Amino acid sequence: MCLSQHFWQFLVPGITLGCLYALIAIGYTLVYGVLQLINFAHSEIFMTGGFAGLFMVQALTNVGVVPSGAQSWLIMFAGISCGALFGGIVAFLLERVAYRPLRRRNAPRLIYLITAIGASLFLFNLAGKLFGRDKVNIPAIYTNGVVFTVFGAQVRVQQLIIVCTAVFMMLMLDLLVNRTKLGSGIRAVAQDSQTASLMGVNINRVISQTFVIGGVLGGAAGFLFGTYLNVHYQMGFLPGIKAFAAAVLGGIGNIRGAMIGGLLLGIVESLSQSCMSSQWIDVVAFVVLILVLMFRPTGILGQRLGRAA
Amino acid sequence: MSHVGGLPIRVRRSRKVDPRLVRLFGWLVLGALLRLMTVTAEGTSTDHLLVIDAAFKSTALIGWLVAGLVVWVLTELWHARKVGALVTARTTGVRQQWHAVAGRALSRRAALLAVVVAAIVLPQFLSEFYQRVLVDQVAVFVLLAVGLNVVVGWAGLLDLGYVAFFAIGAYTCAYFTGALPVTPLFTLNPFVVLPVAVVVCLVAGLLLGAPTLRLRGDYLAIVTLGFHEIVQLFLVNKNNWTGGNQGVSRPVPHFTINLLGIHYKWTLASLPYWFLFIGMLAIVVILFSRLEHSKVGRSWTAVREDEVAAAANGVPTVKYKLMAFAIGASTSGLAGVLYASRLGYINPASFPVVLSISVLSYVIFGGMGSIIGVIAGSALLTFLPAVFQEQNIVRQEDIPMWIGAILVTMMLFRPQGLIPSRRRKRELRLASEGVADADAMSEAPEGRTG
Repeated sequence: MCLSQHFWQFLVPGITLGCLYALIAIGYTLVYGVLQLINFAHSEIFMTGGFAGLFMVQALTNVGVVPSGAQSWLIMFAGISCGALFGGIVAFLLERVAYRPLRRRNAPRLIYLITAIGASLFLFNLAGKLFGRDKVNIPAIYTNGVVFTVFGAQVRVQQLIIVCTAVFMMLMLDLLVNRTKLGSGIRAVAQDSQTASLMGVNINRVISQTFVIGGVLGGAAGFLFGTYLNVHYQMGFLPGIKAFAAAVLGGIGNIRGAMIGGLLLGIVESLSQSCMSSQWIDVVAFVVLILVLMFRPTGILGQRLGRAA
Repeated sequence: MSHVGGLPIRVRRSRKVDPRLVRLFGWLVLGALLRLMTVTAEGTSTDHLLVIDAAFKSTALIGWLVAGLVVWVLTELWHARKVGALVTARTTGVRQQWHAVAGRALSRRAALLAVVVAAIVLPQFLSEFYQRVLVDQVAVFVLLAVGLNVVVGWAGLLDLGYVAFFAIGAYTCAYFTGALPVTPLFTLNPFVVLPVAVVVCLVAGLLLGAPTLRLRGDYLAIVTLGFHEIVQLFLVNKNNWTGGNQGVSRPVPHFTINLLGIHYKWTLASLPYWFLFIGMLAIVVILFSRLEHSKVGRSWTAVREDEVAAAANGVPTVKYKLMAFAIGASTSGLAGVLYASRLGYINPASFPVVLSISVLSYVIFGGMGSIIGVIAGSALLTFLPAVFQEQNIVRQEDIPMWIGAILVTMMLFRPQGLIPSRRRKRELRLASEGVADADAMSEAPEGRTG
């Protein structure tokens, strides 16, 4: 009963949110693929993207004037690129400063996780110190009108932009991973890093590039998420955990799995809003995570990219 | 360009930058970063460049950069084996003597006795503010850290929802003392709640651990993080049970003893609570140090060092991991009861997720696996921020940032911690040589190991 009533009204935002989760989840899954590690600091890459995009948009718009036409397109593009750029930079620095020394030392996994948690704590509190601890809305870039309606559910410009951007980026990533030399490097390191290095793959460079790719997607997602809700120094925490749940749902280490998992989780979360009060929504992702871990720990598509054996 | 058989082949020559210059750059960046971190200004959401301006458009920046330069010169000299070798040669004898004295059982006992006496005597001379810091911060977090040490230090599991059990303990105490909006089945003295809360947290730990401990160890980290979030949501949203964001509706009563002719009532005064806390801590520490070298402790070591080998040798790995997880959870619950009764007021904001990570950083900082290290580390990291805050050196909101920085620095340069456990230190060294493991983070062995 609860599902049938507003099914389409909840499905549309669910798909939007799901695309964002998918973009973040790819970051987790890529790093997991090459390092077999959860990059806890990925949520802070997401947050960085949000702030970078926010500053870009604030610099380009005038207070109180909503741009239109080509101007909107340009500002939107600038915001996304700025978020992606800074997401990539932070991911690169993170790998250089926090992960590479540990890898050189062959540190146990516990040490990696604790380092990443420390880096995450440091980064979001530094952002809080620098940019204030209040929620900031990204200025309106376009008039968020209704484009069309599906079965009574309104689809707005914002949702359309988020979904299109996310799908475009995911397609590009899929091509990158499956068709290019860099992509085959990533896949080789994910399957067996020792053999890959014997075949002449520069592991350090591939890992670094993998972090940057994940960071670019995460940063762009951060900006898009910022236009959807707001920008906040702790904005990365919940989407981060949920995206991880999505990555596990799809099969961690599996890129297409992360896309499907993210989309599914967003839809499930949004649809469950029609069945329970919205203050319990955040529980859904964890329940999904625990159920997946209990009954199908390899996820929907299996851990293909990650563990070869 | 060189030509092979007429085809141009681009020879990529990687230009190596002098590593010394790279290190100089690193130290300078670190100096600038420290300047940014130590600036007292706090950002606002309207002027985003405020803090950056305050940090970098001042002469203090030069001081930090010069400090970075000096450190660079010193480390380069050290690495050039001019100063380093000299210092090492001079101090070898002293260090050997120190190790010989420190290693003797007698001197260790004497040190322990000195610490206990100091813990009893010294707080009497402190001001009321620092006494309160000792009880509300140091004692509570030392107890928490000692419990988390079982999970992280001994069993090698990463638990990020540790403070959730602290909250469960505290709210159990509030429930059974009638401080919550719901009327309890029966009201109890906080002393009697202690074992109840321990059992409640034990069960909660088992329920959470049972599905997750069979899987890869790093999933546990994220599931426990999620668990903490769920507990938070429950406390906030079930306001007809828990009082929601406002917290308890009546103050949680203080401890009282009314037994065998002894009548004593704890009040707002800090010192009696301090003695109660260190009494509890002493019991927990004695129990845990007995556990460390028992069959259970040795099983934890085995699971941590090589889970597959442990399982092959008949150690029920999941059972022991679950045991460590539940013991940690119940210690956290115990601390929760003490905390709730001491403060009298609790609300969901008393148990943020950051707190779990803070406790983890105390354990890491002190030296995971070593009880003395963990106590020293958590005492330092809770007492020092209070001092800094009192002196207005560091803002309270910036403390998590420093904790994060300490965590990363420790992991990069001294993962074994301040006062390392000898075993843990060896494991970390062996792991870096690719011999063994130092945590229970890999894939759990297949088959029936529960």
